[in-house]
Amino acid sequence: MEVMTLQMISPDQIVLWKWAFITINATLLFTWLVMGILVCASFLITRRLSAGTRIPRWQNLLEVIVGAMREQIREVTEEDTDEYMPFIGTIFLFILTSNLLFIIPGYVTPTASLTTTAALAVCVFLAVPIYGIRKQGIVNYLKEYFQPIFIFFPFHVMGEFSRTLALAVRLFGNMMSHEKVIAILLAITPLLFPVAMHILGLLIGAIQAYIFAILAMVYIASATGAHHEKQPSAAVPSEAVKLASAK
Amino acid sequence: MDSMSIIGMASVIASAICMGIGSIGTGLGEGRAVQQALMAIAQQPDEKGALTRTLFVGLAMIESIAIYCFVISMILIFANPFWNQVIPKVVAGG
Repeated sequence: MEVMTLQMISPDQIVLWKWAFITINATLLFTWLVMGILVCASFLITRRLSAGTRIPRWQNLLEVIVGAMREQIREVTEEDTDEYMPFIGTIFLFILTSNLLFIIPGYVTPTASLTTTAALAVCVFLAVPIYGIRKQGIVNYLKEYFQPIFIFFPFHVMGEFSRTLALAVRLFGNMMSHEKVIAILLAITPLLFPVAMHILGLLIGAIQAYIFAILAMVYIASATGAHHEKQPSAAVPSEAVKLASAK
Repeated sequence: MDSMSIIGMASVIASAICMGIGSIGTGLGEGRAVQQALMAIAQQPDEKGALTRTLFVGLAMIESIAIYCFVISMILIFANPFWNQVIPKVVAGG
């Protein structure tokens, strides 16, 4: 049961409902499905949280996910802050859910369409200056563009755009190529081999979600200038700890 | 040979060359990156977390080059922009 044929390069081409200039295609439908799943699950789980020793099992799952994301963000930024958690966590959970649900037959991942990934990349593109200006002030943030000397200004601007494009095309290319590979394998070796590729697809989906979130975090961290200030002070205690543990 | 078959032939050959040459450099680059990362992890197992994270980010950067080639190949084969200029002429002429 394949919704997309091999010739369709993007789920945008599957039009489900059309009225005047409003078009509902498969990308929109499955994006709403993922959004609904995330919102309903978080609402139902966080409705009755408990801080005791016996917590509900779903709360345990959510705590593991949120704790791991917070740990990763703190390792990248080297700051003790939850400021980036809503943005990065939302992006990560959305991409992860939409990538992992593709083992359900009839589901087409919305991230296999360039429109979804471009929208996510534009969010990152806008979030970088917002966080940077909030952290450093507008003058200091703009100074970063002229960093070694003023000649580098066009290269910095070019880098901003090209990395946004790379972010969008990387996620789209990975997910779309995987769908195409499975569609081709279904035509050649129908029974067992596509299942193995689906298992590999779970891994690829998780890694791509991780990479997207980490890259967004790295871009934001480079704009907020967290690394430059924290590097020397963070290096000294770890050396001291190593020496102490060696003894 | 009419223009339609020239476009078809050129698209298929160009997409194959694009994918083939594009993945050579990416393969060499990823191999070197993983090799160096494994050596670094073998020398300093304590820094495994930071090394693995940096490796993943770097691999994603390298891999995106091959992904660009793949996307261009897919566009040339499945969503070729040059078909649109040829197909109406053929339909009108035939």
